[in-house]
Amino acid sequence: MIRELKLMIEITLEHYLTLAAIIFSIGIIGIFLNRKNVIIILMSIELILLAVNINLVSFSIYLQDLAGQIFTMFILTVAAAEAAVGLAIIVIYYKKKGSIYVEKISSLKG
Amino acid sequence: MLAHTLFFHFFSLIAVFSALMVIISKNTVYSVFFLILVFVSVSILFIMIGAEFLGMIMLIVYVGAVAVLFLFVVMMLNVSDQSIRKPPRKGFINNISVGSIVGIIIFLELLIVISGWKYKGSFMLEKIPISNLSNTHVLGNVLYTEYIHLFQIAGMILLVSMIGAITLTFNKRENIKRQNYFTQIQREKSSAISLVEVENDKGVKIDD
Repeated sequence: MIRELKLMIEITLEHYLTLAAIIFSIGIIGIFLNRKNVIIILMSIELILLAVNINLVSFSIYLQDLAGQIFTMFILTVAAAEAAVGLAIIVIYYKKKGSIYVEKISSLKG
Repeated sequence: MLAHTLFFHFFSLIAVFSALMVIISKNTVYSVFFLILVFVSVSILFIMIGAEFLGMIMLIVYVGAVAVLFLFVVMMLNVSDQSIRKPPRKGFINNISVGSIVGIIIFLELLIVISGWKYKGSFMLEKIPISNLSNTHVLGNVLYTEYIHLFQIAGMILLVSMIGAITLTFNKRENIKRQNYFTQIQREKSSAISLVEVENDKGVKIDD
């Protein structure tokens, strides 16, 4: 009984991995959901990268290995670069077309 | 232990709720604010499990730079009132079903992977750190020695993305007199000044 209670209140790696999995799935659903504009898709990508970061950091703490935290820093760098370039593309697209509805962005006929 | 549990559940609930609100909120500005909330709560979790430096960097980079950039673009493009002008489209129900099916499948797969492992109980707070250096110190020790090449490549990535963002959004304006450094520097005395004999009562003709 006490052992079960201890298991219940003890936070293990599993909790963090589950949290990361939930946020990752929310990010993926957000990419599909994109009702309004492309900025929501960019934010969903940020959420996915955040979930990856949670995984890396929790494993890094769990294994007492710093490589995970180092890689999290690089993912942070790439996420910042990606956000800057993506937002720049959105700005020039808006200047050219006057709207950033996902539905209307179909010039490539994909 | 108990405090850790309480804090974990509190902040992870906030993070999950805000992540949901990011993708379902009607107003894009609210989405950005909820994104900020997600980042803040996750960085608190990072600080709690002992990755203090990353938690702080997360606050600075994401909340201070990326989220503000998002906010700036959202406000500049005036997309927040687009949803009012346009009725929801037909394919929305289709998209939401496909999206949630894919998302739930991926989530279940991740859960299978996670629960298939055996974990050795609690993974923090009991372990004695190898040295009594702080997290930042240890990270710096590794980052600037073993990972120096990756660090410099990360700097190059930032430089390239900065150049890309500037060249994408830079618009060259026409009909503006601009200083041209090269012609300015390459001017020589012979092409700029000429000595002329001025005749009486004639003056000098200036060509321009």
